[in-house]
Amino acid sequence: MSKLSGLGGRLYRGETSVNFIGHRRRWYMISSVFILLSIGALSVQGLHLGIEFKGGSSFTVTTTSPSVTDARAAVEEAGVTSEAIVQLVGDNKVRVQTGSLEQAQNNAVQDALAAKFSVSASTIDTQIIGPSWGKEITRKALYGLFGFLLVVMIYLAMALEPKMAVSAIVAVIHDVFITVGIYALVGFDVTPATIIGFLTILGYSLYDTVVVFDKVRENTKSITSSSTKTYSQAVNLAVNQTIVRSTNTSIVALLPVAAILFVGAGLLGAGTLKDLSLALFIGLLVGTYSSIFIAPPVLAQLREKEPAMQALAKRVHARGGVSVPASTTAVAAVNGRGPRNQPKRKGRK
Amino acid sequence: MSTTNKPIKTTSRPARTLAILGLVLVAMVSLVFIQGATSVRLGLDLRGGTSVTLQPRIAPGDEGKVTSEAIDQAVSIIRQRVNSLGVAESEVAAQGSGTNRQIVISVPGDTGRRVVDLVGQTAELRFRQVLASASGIPAAADAAATPAAGVSAEVNAKFAALDCTKPENLQGTGVDAPTDTLVACDRAGATKYILAPAEVLGRQISKASAGLDTQAGSAWYVSLTFNNEGTSAFGALTSRVTSLPEPTNQVAIVLDGLVVSSPRITEAIPSGNAQITGSFTQLEAQDLANVLKYGALPLAFDRGEVQQVSPTLGADQLNAGLLAGGLGLLLVVIFTLLYYRALGFVTVGSLTIAGLMLYVLFLLMGEWIGFTLTLAGIAGAIVAIGVTADSFIVYFERVRDEMREGRSLRTAAETGWVRARRTILVADFVSMIAAVLLYVFSVGGVRGFAFTLGLTTIIDLIVIFWFTKPALVLVSRSKFFNSGHPLSGFSSKSLGMSVAKEA
Repeated sequence: MSKLSGLGGRLYRGETSVNFIGHRRRWYMISSVFILLSIGALSVQGLHLGIEFKGGSSFTVTTTSPSVTDARAAVEEAGVTSEAIVQLVGDNKVRVQTGSLEQAQNNAVQDALAAKFSVSASTIDTQIIGPSWGKEITRKALYGLFGFLLVVMIYLAMALEPKMAVSAIVAVIHDVFITVGIYALVGFDVTPATIIGFLTILGYSLYDTVVVFDKVRENTKSITSSSTKTYSQAVNLAVNQTIVRSTNTSIVALLPVAAILFVGAGLLGAGTLKDLSLALFIGLLVGTYSSIFIAPPVLAQLREKEPAMQALAKRVHARGGVSVPASTTAVAAVNGRGPRNQPKRKGRK
Repeated sequence: MSTTNKPIKTTSRPARTLAILGLVLVAMVSLVFIQGATSVRLGLDLRGGTSVTLQPRIAPGDEGKVTSEAIDQAVSIIRQRVNSLGVAESEVAAQGSGTNRQIVISVPGDTGRRVVDLVGQTAELRFRQVLASASGIPAAADAAATPAAGVSAEVNAKFAALDCTKPENLQGTGVDAPTDTLVACDRAGATKYILAPAEVLGRQISKASAGLDTQAGSAWYVSLTFNNEGTSAFGALTSRVTSLPEPTNQVAIVLDGLVVSSPRITEAIPSGNAQITGSFTQLEAQDLANVLKYGALPLAFDRGEVQQVSPTLGADQLNAGLLAGGLGLLLVVIFTLLYYRALGFVTVGSLTIAGLMLYVLFLLMGEWIGFTLTLAGIAGAIVAIGVTADSFIVYFERVRDEMREGRSLRTAAETGWVRARRTILVADFVSMIAAVLLYVFSVGGVRGFAFTLGLTTIIDLIVIFWFTKPALVLVSRSKFFNSGHPLSGFSSKSLGMSVAKEA
């Protein structure tokens, strides 16, 4: 741990530095691949929606002898001919999921299951979702998503800088895409709890980005009055200075979520806890990545387009006597760790 | 990095701030005991029960838009039906805003199927002639056993046997066919009636309002206007019954199988404009007007979501939630102690205080606003452990940065705070926006998640301003921390300062 802390000190002073901004094409490339994969998975496989979105009924019987065949037989005896999904949950539960049924049919299935497994009907956990319910919650979730992005963008533009708001939102959209893509790819169930997880990630991903950007703002407050650093270099320093912080906050945020995921998936099998924490877990990882590798480079790129920043870059390079394209970053290599951190020249029009 | 060592004003009085926070906590805990709110109200998913979310919509074959008044009426109809089950702590609430509201019914215990069957039916408003009436109390029922003319013996027997003091007879069935001769109670259970088949329907009303007649003292009345169909039907009904003897000259307004009002018809009303007068209070008049307005547009209820949780599953979920919370907390504590050494104890203290505040608020809000803790709510609280701990990390790392610039811990605790405060405020505000929007745009258990998330964000701010910061300033004055003891979390080694000296 103290090694890690020592690293924090070196990162802070810029002695050890990772060139996050200069290598942005690499990060963009990685993210593009993931986003393309996500779009591919979404269009080919689509999301695996839970009955909350499609409408249908779910019955969970807790019994000492759970059996898929018995449960299937009970459903048929109840006169339900449509496709039913029957699965074992944990070691003492069996779950039956059907399409939308009439109320009388729901009761019949419940009674048949109770008779088959010799339990009281009132101990069967049921969930019945009307056919139009999914549309309603999807609509609300979308309103929530767009409302959130809009409000946060306005707020960040005021509290930080407009271009920071844009970069932060780009990173958030990136997170949503990749998280949804992972869901499509792996085929995890999407339930309302998942959606809530998604929406929470948005707030969380921004928390990390805000920490980084606040440092950027501090580092670049009077950047044009000197000629020591380009904007990109200042951003890179800020990312390096806050990376220990970002890593720590992410670890601390992930620990409780991992605990929920472990308990929810391990002990309860499936349900709110698992769905929520899985979405949070994946989203937090993606969010941490984007707050370091996506949001700052996008910000640097946006700001470097400004004439004042280009003039600054020219002055800095004139002083250093090295001709470096404005888009890449020269980070002073101290501590004998030099060459690795020298900027690589990359063709850029 | 230019180092500007501005003199720092040391006006903060950490001990006093901590003492005030201590007093606030003591006051909150005392309030819990004064209010007698000593246990957290658990949601149905944690103790077993049935919850039904209904989506009101226009009844099939009707046109028009769902109005806000209609939903209010629908809520009160459903409430009447649910209350008749006689299950303690049943709840009927509308969620959402305006015409886009859902009705959420929660009934603890295992009455499940009855609730589900009960609440889904369409309720309609109808006008029926009263054929006989009697006190709803069964003792008086025997006295009024005189059979009403033109009514079958079967109906008379049913009427005599009807006991309006029993809750199941006040539930409103929604199954009263308009063509039936009906035996019904009034909403309060004070009177029972035999009612003729319906002659005027609620949807034939075009307007209803409550008004105050200032000329005849201050008497509240309800006026109603019928549409074309309604005008002729109501005209025919009133002209036929007005000259009949009591109680057959009364017309009962029946909603969901229960009599709301049974005004005596004093004259034939062919115009389609009627006025109901009586000794109404303002509230009674407005209630009646609302019932009549609702009648203009009967709503059907779609069962959006029905969830039946057995007490066993409820207990399992509660245990799992608590276990996950304990585990999450433990992991965070271990991490902060490993990484921040003795400083980690400030974090542990902060998390303890945050946890205590949250628990007390759960207790108090359960008492004040009927807050119930659901599984999603527990998940929100666990996720919030991370958010709360994040603020400490932002602050501590900031202090360490300041020390790397050569400040003493004492100074760094103050200068680092000024900078960290901003970051924490901005970041927490973003969390707050997320929580509020989640709350507004969600239904059911999900709201519990948003609610706890928002609550804990506020608690996070309170704790970091009034506990973490003063506590750190206080310990920064102690020798252990200020001398950079290896276990303090502020040693030059753990700050990476020694590396700098070697270089």
